[in-house]
Amino acid sequence: MATPDEMVAVLKAKFSSISFDPKPLLMRGEEAGDQIYIRVEPENLVEVMHFLRDDPGTRFEQLIDVTCVDYLNFPEAEDRYGVVYSLLSITHNHRIWVKCFVNDPSPKLPSVIGVWKGADWMEREVFDMFGVVFEGHPDLRRILTWDGFEAHPLRKDYPLRGKGERENYEVVTRDSA
Amino acid sequence: MEKHTYDPHDMSSEDLLTTRLDNLVSFFRKNSVNWARKHSLWPLPFATACCGIELMATASSRYDLARFGAEVMRFSPRQSDLLICAGRVAIKMMPVLQRIYKQITEPKWVISMGACASTGGVFDTYAVVQGVDQFLPVDVYVPGCPPRPETLIEGVMAIQRQVDRDGLKTSQERGKGLGIVAEPTYQVNVEAVADRETE
Ligand code: SF4
Repeated sequence: MATPDEMVAVLKAKFSSISFDPKPLLMRGEEAGDQIYIRVEPENLVEVMHFLRDDPGTRFEQLIDVTCVDYLNFPEAEDRYGVVYSLLSITHNHRIWVKCFVNDPSPKLPSVIGVWKGADWMEREVFDMFGVVFEGHPDLRRILTWDGFEAHPLRKDYPLRGKGERENYEVVTRDSA
Repeated sequence: MEKHTYDPHDMSSEDLLTTRLDNLVSFFRKNSVNWARKHSLWPLPFATACCGIELMATASSRYDLARFGAEVMRFSPRQSDLLICAGRVAIKMMPVLQRIYKQITEPKWVISMGACASTGGVFDTYAVVQGVDQFLPVDVYVPGCPPRPETLIEGVMAIQRQVDRDGLKTSQERGKGLGIVAEPTYQVNVEAVADRETE
């Protein structure tokens, strides 16, 4: 099990130009000493992910989750969408979170499906809910909402009750059935 | 031995026969098909959420929907005539539910079970249908979150009363949903279970 400092050192040795900006996770307001997230720019994402998976010192074989945070109206936030990748190394039993920020009007990220196949549906979910487009994804369709749905409902500016998507639906009456 | 007040041997065989035939003929004339039908409802459990658990409890031995002749749950709409919509319905699920409803053969009835199926309940969001009756004709609404099995049985009995009244009509002839709300008729008696350990 590598400590966060060791992991960052390994990364820095390989990618000297990236700062990574490592920060500990906050748990109930306190810093969790052994768990960190690092920040990666979209253009370096796939490269860094490949390294994290293959380097013997990190070996993150498993992509636990891809999710996203909408920082609209968030105090002190600079970017709008933070896409978060949670990684787990089964070999070393350690974890890391990789965060990638994208912005309107066309939030775009390279897909990591070439690194972990399991990213397929997770990226589709982030696309469906937040409208972040994953370039290179072979089948980027909506996964939870239906095909005719237009909005991205987990964006903070989407109203809770929707924009009338339910209203023009077919009504089955006793005559029509 | 003391003589019983009622002794069938005291009655002439003619009496017995006329009484019975009389009753039976008028009874069957009035009720025959509906009487049979109302005691053999075949529910289709469209259980999409927690209300489905209560629906299962209703069918289990403790509450025993079989007493009302509605215990044979069929998962094929072709084999059932009572759609029990138990639980919240996502808008993406609605076409499925509508199709199932269309596939049920006439005559057919619909129970909307629980707050969610009837009104959307606490799930007032873009994804959940705010009451299946917006898109389907509903006959009986069963209130509760979830309704107790007794309340659901009350709902089934409300359907039975409808069947008794107009079961031979197709749902087209019945027009809009009946819009009946089943009122719980039972009193909840909370009993202590203190003697458990001594048993
Ligand atoms: S009414 Fe209550 S119990 Fe029934 S589906 Fe809704 S939340 Fe669940």
